[in-house]
Amino acid sequence: MNQSSIIDIISPIMAGPSSSHTAGAVRLGLLARNVYNAKPDKITFKLYNSYALTGKGHGTDKGLLAGILGFAVDDKRIKNIFETPEAKEIDYHFEFLQDFNRHPNAVDFIFEGGLNMTISGDSVGAGEIKLRKINNFCVNLDGKYNTLLLVYEDMPGVISSVTKIIQEDNVNIASLHCDRSAKGRDASMCICIDGELSKNCLNKVSDLKDMYIVRYIKKLES
Amino acid sequence: MKHNITEFRQLYYACKEQNKKIYEIALDYEASRGENPEYKVRLQAKKSLDAMKEAITTGLKCTEPSPSGMSGDDCDKLQNSKHNFILGQTAKKIMTYALATSEQNLRMGTIVACPTAGSCGIVPAVLIAFAEDNNIKECDQINALITAGEVGRLVANKMSLAGAVGGCQAECGVASAMAAAALTQMRGGSVKQIINAVALALKNILGLTCDPVCGLVEIPCVKRNPFLAIHAVTASELAMSDIISKIPIDEVVDAMEQTGQLMSPLLKESSQGGLAKTKTAIALEKNILK
Repeated sequence: MNQSSIIDIISPIMAGPSSSHTAGAVRLGLLARNVYNAKPDKITFKLYNSYALTGKGHGTDKGLLAGILGFAVDDKRIKNIFETPEAKEIDYHFEFLQDFNRHPNAVDFIFEGGLNMTISGDSVGAGEIKLRKINNFCVNLDGKYNTLLLVYEDMPGVISSVTKIIQEDNVNIASLHCDRSAKGRDASMCICIDGELSKNCLNKVSDLKDMYIVRYIKKLES
Repeated sequence: MKHNITEFRQLYYACKEQNKKIYEIALDYEASRGENPEYKVRLQAKKSLDAMKEAITTGLKCTEPSPSGMSGDDCDKLQNSKHNFILGQTAKKIMTYALATSEQNLRMGTIVACPTAGSCGIVPAVLIAFAEDNNIKECDQINALITAGEVGRLVANKMSLAGAVGGCQAECGVASAMAAAALTQMRGGSVKQIINAVALALKNILGLTCDPVCGLVEIPCVKRNPFLAIHAVTASELAMSDIISKIPIDEVVDAMEQTGQLMSPLLKESSQGGLAKTKTAIALEKNILK
């Protein structure tokens, strides 16, 4: 069981007014930014349910954008984010939707550009977050661990090849989550680790056959 | 497998067996899980405590209205009120500090989510006002904050602390229980008394709705902070008198989780029911959210 820590409860130090709707939104944005890892031409934010209904009042839209721009949860610029030069440089817009199959505080980030990517996440309370989906793959990312995210062609032996490379780095795996679209089609792997992966290790993973996406996602600092 | 502490019962027996305080067991347990050695938790507690004090200091001096214009001047009114406070000066200070912090929050000022931002005024108000009036040393304030953190952690193991999932009982309610624990710790209460203070505080806020007017953390959130700060004091007073909760704490938490699930989504941070759909709220909505 993944337990929360005392530190989660007595933090973050943040810009108000809502941990789930402001700080959680910033953290979702920061993690989505780390996953996308490029400069998009355009971003659409789809806010669902409570995020849609009370998001404006809680600065959820400001928080999501701040995260995408790489601002920390206690950044004093969040209050006036739309007026910052950083925000004026990118093309973004917001949609407010209802879907009771989704979490009360759910968001989709739709990145368009050199790479198109849709990332879905939830703000699950007290500023804690989960990314649930990247494109069509289920993932489980909470920003608490350095994570290796892989998308590759489903075939026997990939998991053991990857974990062997990580083992050569003498790094411990905290959790491993796999999913695939269909047998022999695209598959994804989410590996949360203790510590750091070396460049060499990442290169070796990238060199494996039929690896489409290799992302090393750093844990969130705020 | 290492010894797990995921329920209050386990925390209580660990304290009893090892003859330690809640914060000591909590620090040992955090350290045993590998990622948060004692110095790291203490450092965060110190940073958070300092940020809480700064939010209070700033909030006490500020009368800037919230962006909506609906709130922001209540702390000033309370500070300058000359009537006789029947609960005494420390209680007045607690209410004032809770409002100061909460009003800073709605101005998008810097606060500490403890456990959440909507409930950010409760723990600091009780902890800091009591500490000031009773010359509690900083290290003991930090120990009290860690005690509060452990309470929040154990509740969070069972249920989400989001108003949208569990209602306000999961936010201000849990903050009040955490404050009750911190206060009882600073007053030299026993482990049993601290845990009972938590149970009593939680038991008496079950079903608290989250129905913010216009979807903003203002009405009723701002004034709810001083209310639930005093609620924590009541819990501590009863527990210090050895009054016990007939329903054990872990069962109270289970009841709270179930209550959260049974509450309609209309009353859980969607602003579609309760106070948020009163005539006045709808009128405010028309004026503010244009």
